[in-house]
Amino acid sequence: MSVSDETTRLATASTPDGASDAPAGLERELEDAFEATVAGEGRVEPRDWMPEGYRKTLIRQIAQHAHSEIIGMQPEGNWILRAPSLRRKAILLAKVQDEAGHGLYLYSATETLGVDRAELTEKLIDSKQKYSSIFNYPTLTFADIGVIGWLVDGAAICNQVPLCRSSYGPYARAMVRICKEESFHQRQGFELLMTLMAGTEAQREMVQDAVDRWWWPSLMMFGPADGDSPNTRQSMAWRIKRHTNDELRQRFVDMTVPQAAALGVTLPDPELRWNDERQAHDFGDIDWTEFTAVVKGAGPCNAQRLAHRRAAHEGGQWVRDAASAYAAKQARREAGEQVA
Amino acid sequence: MSMSDDTTAHVEGDPATDLGTGTPQATWPLYEVFVRGKRGLNHVHVGSLHAPDDRMALHNARNLYTRRNEGVSIWVVRADAITASSPEEKDPFFAPSGDKVYRHPTFYSIPDDVPHL
Amino acid sequence: MNAVDTEDNVYDALAAADHDGRWAHGAGFDETVVEVTAPAPEGVDVGDLATYCLMLADDALVASHRLSEWATHAPELEEEVALANIALDLLGQARVLLSRAGHLGAAARFRTPTTATQLADEDVLAYFRDDRFFRNVTLAETDLGDFGRTTAWMLVYSSWRLALMTRLRGSADPVLAAVAAKAVPELSYQREYAAGWLLRLGDGTELSHARAQAGLEDVWPFVEELFLTHPVEARLVAAGVAVDPAALRADVDSDLAQVLPAATLTRPERPAVGLVGGRGGRDGVHTEALGRVLAVMQSLARAHPDATW
Repeated sequence: MSVSDETTRLATASTPDGASDAPAGLERELEDAFEATVAGEGRVEPRDWMPEGYRKTLIRQIAQHAHSEIIGMQPEGNWILRAPSLRRKAILLAKVQDEAGHGLYLYSATETLGVDRAELTEKLIDSKQKYSSIFNYPTLTFADIGVIGWLVDGAAICNQVPLCRSSYGPYARAMVRICKEESFHQRQGFELLMTLMAGTEAQREMVQDAVDRWWWPSLMMFGPADGDSPNTRQSMAWRIKRHTNDELRQRFVDMTVPQAAALGVTLPDPELRWNDERQAHDFGDIDWTEFTAVVKGAGPCNAQRLAHRRAAHEGGQWVRDAASAYAAKQARREAGEQVA
Repeated sequence: MSMSDDTTAHVEGDPATDLGTGTPQATWPLYEVFVRGKRGLNHVHVGSLHAPDDRMALHNARNLYTRRNEGVSIWVVRADAITASSPEEKDPFFAPSGDKVYRHPTFYSIPDDVPHL
Repeated sequence: MNAVDTEDNVYDALAAADHDGRWAHGAGFDETVVEVTAPAPEGVDVGDLATYCLMLADDALVASHRLSEWATHAPELEEEVALANIALDLLGQARVLLSRAGHLGAAARFRTPTTATQLADEDVLAYFRDDRFFRNVTLAETDLGDFGRTTAWMLVYSSWRLALMTRLRGSADPVLAAVAAKAVPELSYQREYAAGWLLRLGDGTELSHARAQAGLEDVWPFVEELFLTHPVEARLVAAGVAVDPAALRADVDSDLAQVLPAATLTRPERPAVGLVGGRGGRDGVHTEALGRVLAVMQSLARAHPDATW
């Protein structure tokens, strides 16, 4: 350690290392090298020079992804204590635990870009950073657990598999691990739904009701239509995103329709049909008014989810403080100091 | 090594009297995690985590990155104890080659002779 | 690409050995639970053995439920992962033991004409038994309160169950011996986690010290019951099947004597909770807390007795 990091830590937190400080000619050269790396499908690594916009976009995207994993624990956590069989309880507990793990991998990737997890958590609970709107819907029955696995995790996989090739190395590597685990999640969701569909009349009704409630929000998970997604073009040029929102949404619909048929559920869209010409499914218009409202905080559970996360985080402060204080005392003891 | 005096940098004020009273919040330091998946392989960097001290870091690493597979060997090291090479010879910020692994704020131990910082 | 490949390989090496094994015990698609169908050892009363399995199962099932209450509420994300691990371990232990009890005939009386015939024994016993038929010690059902109380609770619970399972590895019943062999490393992990945190809370800040001590005081009245020998246990001890709880006191005391002073905590001096007419958790006479735990746990399953999930 050349210098104590306390002061520089504070300084760099507010003035992150940026391209603007470099001499103009050098910056040009660095930028060319960066563009060449990205265009050549190379990986950008944490200590490489990168444009400030790239760094900011990545932080926004990865943090939002991490927050989604953590907030996403809540709707499923809602059913852990009431899971109707011990096997389902174990699966659900393990799944919610996986989500905490995924959140941690992603926060870890975000931290390589010069932000601190504590700072990201503050931004989440202060509503300064977003998470996926899907988690602002309530889980009203146990069938919702299956539908979240099938549709929500299915949509997430469509979004995430291409990100395993994201230009930013730590993000891509985190996504490789996450995608492996997500495929288990989707599989268990589908298996639960198949069991329920083969069960009692009440269980089948429960599944259809859950599908009716989650279908449209699942389609919204891919974000605004391409025409209304201002960041997409730059993100694709930087290989942060690999496909447009509408491309991914279409892929999800095409993948899901035959699965719905196999399950015997109806997707709640009268306009949904195969288009032979396009070799893809046509589907109805998404209610973007609802989407916008939920993104802006007016969904059924926005306030509840954030209050819950805030309570856990702030309620845990004394525990985290205790561990830090103990570590400091131990360090002083090892250094031979007297500690009260 | 990881218990150098900068441990206290993450605990603002005197921990014995200051904490738990709503005063500035301490953050657990960042650790990098290296895992040897099986015998015959090298340890490979798999990610990072936060922990208050080395022991908890190891414990958390086992939970998070190996799912408690007991046969796996894990190294944890405080991120601020790692010295890394600079990717570019002409990197303007890390003139004396050899610095921290990531752009994490706590990696910035900037030598005194670097201008305008 | 190299970096990605390397990462892949590391992860593959970790995951390859047990494909579905990364899921919780018994939660994978290829169930690999301990075989529960072995006959009871010769000369052992089957009813006693089934009851003993229920005792050990309920200790784990109810404690697992309490720990699961922490999900999404933990003081840090790393603790979410750790607490879920522990809850999953206990749930896994409970499932095998309930299945064993079911195999020995304990589930039949809880099946009714309305319960689905294909319902697994473990689920019949977990979801369709009233609190009066639960055999867990009352420590397992107490409210875990804040993280201070949870940590104190966990140290006592894991120290006790570890001492029990360590001895049970030598049981004459092969299923109990197998369950115990699997449980020992799980409970060692749990005890290490609890001790590590109690140390940090006790010797952390003034506030955390106070909360850890208060948590210990709250838990203390439930400790004495852990060492009472129930007649079923006494008979099975004689048959070489069960562990005598009275013999576990020294181990638990030794663990506490090691951890509490290091954590600057004081061993409480509070009286044990009284039994009801000489009967406690092992007899199905519980605290009020268990009824509430089960009301939550069993609600959905009981709303659809004819369903399987």
